[in-house]
Amino acid sequence: MWFFRSPHIVYGDEALFHLSQLQGRKALIVTDENILRLGFVQKVEKYLKDAGFETHIFSEVEPEPSLETVLKGKALAENLNPDWIIGLGGGSCLDAAKAIWLLYENPALDPRAINPFEELKLREKARMVAIPTTSGTGAEVTWAVVLTDKAEQRKLSLGAPVNTPDIAIIDPDLVMELPPGLTASTGMDALCHAVEGFTSIWHNDFSDGLCLQAIKLIFEFLPRAYEKGKEDREARTKMHYAATLAGLGFINSMAALAHALGHSLGAVFHVHHGRAVGLFLPYTIEYCANAGGTRYGEILQFLGIPFKDEKEASSILVNKIRELARTIKEPLSLAEAGIAKEEFERALGKLVENANMDACINTGTRIPSEKETEMLFLYAYEGKSIDF
Amino acid sequence: MAYRFPSDEWIKALCKTLNESEAYAEAAKNWEGDFYFIIEPDSEFKETVYLYMDLWHGKCREAFEVSDPSIKDPEFRIWAPYGTWKKVILGQLDPIQGLVTRQLKLKGDMIKIMRNVKAANELVKCCAKVETEFAA
Repeated sequence: MWFFRSPHIVYGDEALFHLSQLQGRKALIVTDENILRLGFVQKVEKYLKDAGFETHIFSEVEPEPSLETVLKGKALAENLNPDWIIGLGGGSCLDAAKAIWLLYENPALDPRAINPFEELKLREKARMVAIPTTSGTGAEVTWAVVLTDKAEQRKLSLGAPVNTPDIAIIDPDLVMELPPGLTASTGMDALCHAVEGFTSIWHNDFSDGLCLQAIKLIFEFLPRAYEKGKEDREARTKMHYAATLAGLGFINSMAALAHALGHSLGAVFHVHHGRAVGLFLPYTIEYCANAGGTRYGEILQFLGIPFKDEKEASSILVNKIRELARTIKEPLSLAEAGIAKEEFERALGKLVENANMDACINTGTRIPSEKETEMLFLYAYEGKSIDF
Repeated sequence: MAYRFPSDEWIKALCKTLNESEAYAEAAKNWEGDFYFIIEPDSEFKETVYLYMDLWHGKCREAFEVSDPSIKDPEFRIWAPYGTWKKVILGQLDPIQGLVTRQLKLKGDMIKIMRNVKAANELVKCCAKVETEFAA
């Protein structure tokens, strides 16, 4: 027994218009200062006001949102009593919005205890719309919530299935001006979701197709979106859809080892999430393939790339991902990501500890021991292929 | 030798298996907390059985079947019908998926659980290593 969860997805040109069809009285928009500056909040507010809403803004979400930030947002929600929470922004804003929504309806819940194992209340006070302004995290369609525990210097992989947004609005206009660097990092995040979602131990017939289509779109359109930006509207649009497809794919089958390593790296060195998980992906593919029982060949088959056996398939896929990363100027190693050797060595113990506590470490086809986790970090630092 | 599930001898065999597992010792090295594994009746099995297990820093300190559940007040309780436990032990049901879909239910400090999913995974792997004969 398993389930497939998805919000109601509104996509395409003018998708934001759907906000003017919402029914309710008061909306709390959860976003960040940058999105506010870009004028997206005003667009959202206009549609909500057309629908008769009173709107309020919480724009204090920082990259890698902290426990403190979501508690602050929850306090504001309790004061305002909104009946809609609107998450607007990148993955950080959407994750923060989901957490604020859940905490608003479960006031006694400690955010560190957001979990998929207990029944948590939701939709008694409010519903949620998620509107992504990057093409990568898929947070608009997932129930995953990643929060940062600053005291512990650790990212917490949290989530409760009930926390899936009610509506996801995928409007390509919101990503036309995305800078190349962010296009690249968030695109690698989407690729990692799709590959890990397809190959996790919980993969299933409902999520497989979404992951495969996302992989195909990303290989085809990410280089174009990166190089041509808004001049290639098709590429921008396809990447925006690919990110949502990948999000929907992985949340119904789960992300895996590259995410566990990436979360750990992000918490310690503040490397962008997409860059971090994308960087680890080739290494974790090699690591999993070395033990067998993987299905990278099926990905190549879908892409129409010939291969002899699963081992060769994994190697071709790894090369293809590294080639893509090079094209969009993403680092291939931790050293290339600008992490100083001494700092890395000093933090290695913490990196390993964080990764081993991350829930995503359990859903790959191969679960590393502490020693292997350490070696994965060391190899990824140097850019060495995994030979164990 | 096969151990009958659920029984005192089975939970003691699991305790021994955990204490012999390096992977469990490593994954659960920070874990502190005791459990009731509660086997509920279903169409195959007609009793409720409480199995107690005290887990401490990667080791099992003690484990036994409890006839009166009020004698212990463990930090965690995990319960499911007999048939669901059987599927978990036979590797037919991923325990985390079982928990997410509420086929297995869990009560306790969720902050601790979310930090120790790998330990829970290793614990269940050890269940599969215990040679088991099912009561029904």
